[in-house]
Amino acid sequence: MEEFLTGYALPVGIILAQILAIVVPLLVAVAYLTYAERKVIGAIQLRQGPNVVGPFGLLQPLADGAKLFFKETILPSGANRVVFLLAPVLTFSLAMVAWAVIPVNEGWAIADINVGILFLFAISSLGVYGVIMAGWASNSKYPFLGALRSAAQMVSYEVSMGFVIITVLLCVGSLNLTDIVLAQETVWFAIPLLPMFVIFFISTLAETNRAPFDLPEGESELVAGYFVEYSAMSFALFFLGEYANMILMSAMTTILFLGGWLPPLDIAPLTWIPGPIWFALKVALVLFCFLWVRATFPRYRYDQLMRLGWKVFLPFTLIWVVLTAGVLVAFDWVPK
Amino acid sequence: MNELLAEYLPILIFIGLALGLAVVMVVASYLVARQRPDTEKVSSYECGFEAFDDARSKFDVRFYLVAILFIIFDLEVAFLFPWAVSLGEIGMFGFWSMMIFLGLLTIGFVYEWKKGALEWE
Amino acid sequence: MVVQALAFYLFAAVVVASAMMVIAARNPVHSVLFLILAFFNSAGLFVLMGAEFLAMILVVVYVGAVAVLFLFVVMMLDVDVTQIKHGFLQYLPVGVLIGLILLIELAMVAGAWVAVPEAQSVAQIPFSPGGDVTNTQALGAVLYDRYVYLFQAAGLILLVAMIGAIVLTLRTREGVRKQSISDQISRRTEDSVEVKDVPSGGGV
Repeated sequence: MEEFLTGYALPVGIILAQILAIVVPLLVAVAYLTYAERKVIGAIQLRQGPNVVGPFGLLQPLADGAKLFFKETILPSGANRVVFLLAPVLTFSLAMVAWAVIPVNEGWAIADINVGILFLFAISSLGVYGVIMAGWASNSKYPFLGALRSAAQMVSYEVSMGFVIITVLLCVGSLNLTDIVLAQETVWFAIPLLPMFVIFFISTLAETNRAPFDLPEGESELVAGYFVEYSAMSFALFFLGEYANMILMSAMTTILFLGGWLPPLDIAPLTWIPGPIWFALKVALVLFCFLWVRATFPRYRYDQLMRLGWKVFLPFTLIWVVLTAGVLVAFDWVPK
Repeated sequence: MNELLAEYLPILIFIGLALGLAVVMVVASYLVARQRPDTEKVSSYECGFEAFDDARSKFDVRFYLVAILFIIFDLEVAFLFPWAVSLGEIGMFGFWSMMIFLGLLTIGFVYEWKKGALEWE
Repeated sequence: MVVQALAFYLFAAVVVASAMMVIAARNPVHSVLFLILAFFNSAGLFVLMGAEFLAMILVVVYVGAVAVLFLFVVMMLDVDVTQIKHGFLQYLPVGVLIGLILLIELAMVAGAWVAVPEAQSVAQIPFSPGGDVTNTQALGAVLYDRYVYLFQAAGLILLVAMIGAIVLTLRTREGVRKQSISDQISRRTEDSVEVKDVPSGGGV
């Protein structure tokens, strides 16, 4: 009995506590990201944004959540029920699970696996299923078209994201996320690999279906894209999943290019601030750019979007991989 | 337990927990909220009229082409991962071996560009 | 060790069950979804063997790319199940014959299979190349120089696949006006606007 307690129950309890320590702040962050989005866009458009529920409208996300919770769950008559309900569950779970490998500080990742970056790449490549399943299972025209577009868009930008990740890995020599951050102690990769940083950021916009690449949800033509038929909690799960994905992508950008939890300069007042705070600040900065872009740019046209992905980003990132590798090999800078 | 597998156990638990949380959220909302379906409410969404056709229609073959090209480039990226990690070990030979591989795929890429497979209208 | 064994039986059972469902499901889209589940659990089995790189690549390539294509195809073909069932009896004898031949071949292979005596003990240990080397590095160290010809052959196969896909699926439609961005950008005022000096009352 005692062996069971110390051998299994205790480690599993610790893991569960760690998972909750990630999931709960994440869900709060997602809730307040929706609030921040409305406030930021409001400010850009010289409006107030939500300001009625609670002081400064701070309770707005809770009110929205409660409203969605008490709505009726509509299962369309023509829909394929199991797949229809599985799609939001999958989207939400994937956006959560990826956080298992994100190191918020040195040694703070729940699962510090050797192939961390590949795990993230794999999870983000699975994101397309939630969309396809939702679009197909709804058995309705707008969701189906939205899902098709979205799937083609997500896979197109995934390729250039892969190449960008490779350029970073060339400078690190490891797939472990902690190693990737520690390799940026002298200089953040955003500086030597600036073009890759920009391309990665734009690709994450396309990958998360955010403006200006939000064609799958283009309300002016597809109503709301693949989740037209969803209501109540199944809709809320899509919503949470999408915003959690935004935070995840920002965290990925932070780890790959902005030095994770490291302070910008290794000097006294900056090093006093603990790592997780730096990490959160950088993620918040990237998220602000997401919102800023949404408020600023008009939506892309579909042919332009595909052209940008396949004819601009793909060749450019491919050449940059070759160039980076060439420079590293020529000057013998390859990390051993 | 093996050290390598010990790192993966939290992921397994995390997957279980996330799926459980999502299912609980949907089921709880379903049970708590009032459910009153009627035929108009559960019919599929259209712009005011009855749906006149099956929604799952045939679509442009281009989406299929995009999927194939994606598989090919994804495999290329998969080959690049171990290369990027072990470049220091395999040196010049490994570098040029990958350059030939990428060169081959660039031929394919130029071909598809010239053929107009990347054009959307 | 118990957790490991439990995880193995969990993954293995799900793989087998979902593989059964792939062929048993009536709806082809459901079949593909079960196939994805099978791939996913096979990745879990790979992790249990210590092959973490392969596990992740299996998810990235098979689940993330190949199964997306399958889904596209199944959704695009718009398969009518009753129509497929129509010719079922007609092709049954041929199908049974092929199945029988495959079964006999499998039995012959399985019958001639001899396991190395030490295989049992080796199978228990998760593969690790030893020391600090992760299995991604171990793979990279041999793939690009010792197996360089096989690696280049893989490149050639991918090239053929790319060209083949284009030859088979590409249809250019006539009479579609496309945007030519370079033309738009290189357009100057001088090419499109002409300034005429019109005398008053004279007209053009």
